[in-house]
Amino acid sequence: MTAQVAGTRTFFDKVWDDHVALRLQHGADLLQIDRLVLHELSGSQAVRALADAGREPMSRGQVFTIIEHLISTRPGRGPNDSVSASGPSMIGTTRDASRRYGFHFIDYDDPRQGIAHVVAPELAIAFPGATLVCCDSHTSTVGGVGALAFGIGASEAEHVLATQTLMQSRPRTMRVDFDGTLPAGVYAKDMILSLIGAIGANAGIGYAVEYAGTAVRALSVEGRLTLCNMSIEFSAKYGFVPPDDTTLEFLVGRQFAPKGAAWDAAAAYWRTLPSDAGAVFDRKVALDCSALEPQVTWGISPQQVGAIGARVPEPQEAGDAESRLLAERALEYMRLAPGTPLLGLPVDAVYVGSCTNARLSDLRAAAAVLKGRKVKPGLQAICVPGSTPVKCAAEAEGIDRIFREAGFEWHESACGLCGNIGDNRFADLRVISTTNRNFEGRQGPKTRTHLASPATVAASAIEGCIADPRRYL
Amino acid sequence: MESLVRVTGIAAPMMRINIDTDQIIPALYLGGTDAKGYGKHLFAGWRFLPDGSPDPAFILNREPYTRARVLLAERNFGCGSSRERAPKALREFGIRAVIAPSFGGIFFNNCYRNGIAPVELPIDAVRAIVAEVEAAQGQAEVSVDLEAKTVVSPGGARYAFDAPETLRQMLLQGVDEIALTLGRMPEIDSYRARDRQRRPWAYSPD
Repeated sequence: MTAQVAGTRTFFDKVWDDHVALRLQHGADLLQIDRLVLHELSGSQAVRALADAGREPMSRGQVFTIIEHLISTRPGRGPNDSVSASGPSMIGTTRDASRRYGFHFIDYDDPRQGIAHVVAPELAIAFPGATLVCCDSHTSTVGGVGALAFGIGASEAEHVLATQTLMQSRPRTMRVDFDGTLPAGVYAKDMILSLIGAIGANAGIGYAVEYAGTAVRALSVEGRLTLCNMSIEFSAKYGFVPPDDTTLEFLVGRQFAPKGAAWDAAAAYWRTLPSDAGAVFDRKVALDCSALEPQVTWGISPQQVGAIGARVPEPQEAGDAESRLLAERALEYMRLAPGTPLLGLPVDAVYVGSCTNARLSDLRAAAAVLKGRKVKPGLQAICVPGSTPVKCAAEAEGIDRIFREAGFEWHESACGLCGNIGDNRFADLRVISTTNRNFEGRQGPKTRTHLASPATVAASAIEGCIADPRRYL
Repeated sequence: MESLVRVTGIAAPMMRINIDTDQIIPALYLGGTDAKGYGKHLFAGWRFLPDGSPDPAFILNREPYTRARVLLAERNFGCGSSRERAPKALREFGIRAVIAPSFGGIFFNNCYRNGIAPVELPIDAVRAIVAEVEAAQGQAEVSVDLEAKTVVSPGGARYAFDAPETLRQMLLQGVDEIALTLGRMPEIDSYRARDRQRRPWAYSPD
């Protein structure tokens, strides 16, 4: 538990304490849940379990369902199109339940549709100080607007549906300070990959992580969403940037944001939420970003990452015996030899998409590199915008043309190829991807995934191998 | 909810760090809204060869580990995706307890709601148990007692562990968590009346 000194509290303490509906025993609390977001992959399980138990949702107006995980990204897709065999039935279950129960429902053809963690901030479903849960580990993404947001299982979601509350053990607190100014060609994705490389994929277990420091304050909300997205990649369930002017300017006027006097009252409350000066954290980490370089992963865990100019390390360089074993396994799976430079490593496919890096600023960063250039012949190149509004905004700016003329496929929005759900499109290929997971088999059977920023992925598309985006700025 | 008080059985060592839920059950097999049907896909990418036959080198395909009731693992077991089919697949295979130095937090909670005890022991203790299991070619059984909060190794070494009390009681008794919460609605409603004054916007999105 956080030791509180002289009445000072962290952002986390304030938000958690305001949501404790009941204190249970031994550090567990029953939390009020402000927003439940469900998608058709796991949300449909929760909804079915609720119905099978003969129960009803308690607070329909606080539940949002979005079709985004299994729906096809194919241009011209139909209402139940999916590369997953069970996709149509799960989409149908979610659609029927949403209508029957009267949830806020965003269907495949709704102009607001997109990946839940992209849509939630766009519509202000997520807001500062909100508890927001979703059956998806990347729910902490929306900590980027100052929400206390976390991924849960389907049984936990069923409990939220039935009671609009959830029991959780109170985590410890960690503050990560990113100081300095980001160099050109280096982005939020590089910040978070570099952090995970430094502290390890398990460092966040049991922690709620506040991102702070000058480099975080200077990030747009979109960059903050990228940062918070990958909290779970070092096993932190919760990651957030407490609200500031940037947050409030982003949220004002959006569909589900409070309006008029209600906005003023909400904004006044939200401004009380940032951590007090002198508030105590259980762990602190600091990274200077001034000399940060583009990062790219070489292994099967996000902690297996290096600067783009680095070489694949010798397994013996890993910190302990277990990390050495993991490194050996990674080299075997990735078919890499120690000492191989990351720069120049040939790739078979490039992917721009996912809740990590498919917002408008990401597509702009990639388009700035791609403009007037061509994808290396023979490469598969796919862009799946993070939401339909992102896709439309990109098209209005001509970004889709830049992607298409370069040789990219331009898709409808959904979770797409971040995780393979059946089309095996990337089977046995080496892919550089803007997504968040380089796990074995994540993007397909024997698919070897390298994680990087959209600019790095775009530069790699042109060169047909892992490439430094700074050459194209 | 299924209860668990104690389990004694074959324990399979899978001593690799960061075993993620994509390995426990790949996304390809998450289809359907049924509560069951996932055990046959447990560790699918590791357990089966490309032609679909069992990989004889994979531990859960080898005797006596085909009958494993306990897994012994390294740190950060169950990291990654929130998919609840991961503990469901383990449970259907027969696993009732996983012993590891640490767990992915979402997976940890999901285990309790699927009849599995996730037991945190220091790595030295896990390794000592693994050594005893391997010395007996896997035939020696490991006991996990959730009531007493102890693990007993094949050789009789006893290790105490800690567990979140509310979750532990839930699993011991197999309680219906939703019914418990609904039983306390008057207290929750009085909290909500206060909270609604403080944060009205949180209750009615328009």
